[in-house]
Amino acid sequence: MRYIEPHGHMVSRTTDDYESMALAGCAAICEPAFWAGFDRKSADGFYDYFCQLTRHEPKRAAKYGIPHYSWLCINPKEAEDLGLAREVMALIPQFLQAPNVLGIGEIGLNKNTRNELKILEAHIDLAVQHHQLILVHTPHLEDKRKGTRLIVDALKSHGKVKPERVIIDHVEEHTFREVVEQGFWAGITLYPESKASPQRAVDMLETISSQNVWLNSACDWGHSDPLAVPKAALEMRRRGHSVEVVDRLIYQNPLQFLSQCAKFKDPGVIA
Amino acid sequence: MALHALSTIDSVRTKEQVADMHFMEARSKLLELAAFLDRVERATGAPDYRIKGLQSALPLLLKGGTERVATILHHWSDPTINPADKAETKVASGVWSGIK
Ligand SMILES: [Zn+2]
Repeated sequence: MRYIEPHGHMVSRTTDDYESMALAGCAAICEPAFWAGFDRKSADGFYDYFCQLTRHEPKRAAKYGIPHYSWLCINPKEAEDLGLAREVMALIPQFLQAPNVLGIGEIGLNKNTRNELKILEAHIDLAVQHHQLILVHTPHLEDKRKGTRLIVDALKSHGKVKPERVIIDHVEEHTFREVVEQGFWAGITLYPESKASPQRAVDMLETISSQNVWLNSACDWGHSDPLAVPKAALEMRRRGHSVEVVDRLIYQNPLQFLSQCAKFKDPGVIA
Repeated sequence: MALHALSTIDSVRTKEQVADMHFMEARSKLLELAAFLDRVERATGAPDYRIKGLQSALPLLLKGGTERVATILHHWSDPTINPADKAETKVASGVWSGIK
């Protein structure tokens, strides 16, 4: 089995996790910039984080034979402070040329505030100006439906965003359909508690859409499972889906989206 | 955009096959929920809005159809439309606090 982990926060994970993922068939990992679990006090903290994502983490992944890519932004949880957010955003263009940077992400909303929305719109604009792919984080739990609608509106009202170059992540049963119906890609995040289980994810693939969708573990510093994607693959196989169908979902779909950035190289792993 | 779901595999799967695969897991989760509600009942203090939100979704399980998960997620969602003026907290609790 081969798969791509299109959303993993590897700076939070151990080398044991890299080893397990490599053994499970992980052919590439993409790491969006996110919240560290605490607020960074200055733009310098983000500068260091962007260096970690573009220079240091790829070396750690390479020790396990896994190509590592990243996405850059200031995440919505730290976007309430507009001054800091704008300072951080000014740092991003100098990193966009790094060989492993795929685009702007994970941007989006957290508590659906006016300030978060302003910074989301600024990020969308930055991505369009620099011809970058966009990866969007949708809010958690009871905030997800409202946030997803505000995000879709912001993307559509920009006017120059190509929906097929945007992935809206963390969709669940109540938001998946509207995301893909508008032409965006959708990400299903497999979390032990707060998002989708492998079983629910496969239900959604069977009943809503298996196209323009990827599966990810979003493994990070919280309760999460770096092997969630291969576990969803196992669930598909248990239900009788063919090896080819599983490969399409966990390898070819993410490859199709990510290949819109020329820097993403087909890992070339044979199925 | 037309959506293409995985396959018609659902229509060839029997109820017995689904039960063979997932019944014990569902049974166990139902007992965990029952145990949780008992634990809450034994505890002291004021009612918690999250528990009320959880309990208010239980009748939705007994409705027919194949959209129970989406229905429950909609039920727990913040129904407001406009952006909030500011964030009072960074976290989400799992159910909208205004559920009656
Ligand atoms: Zn993430």
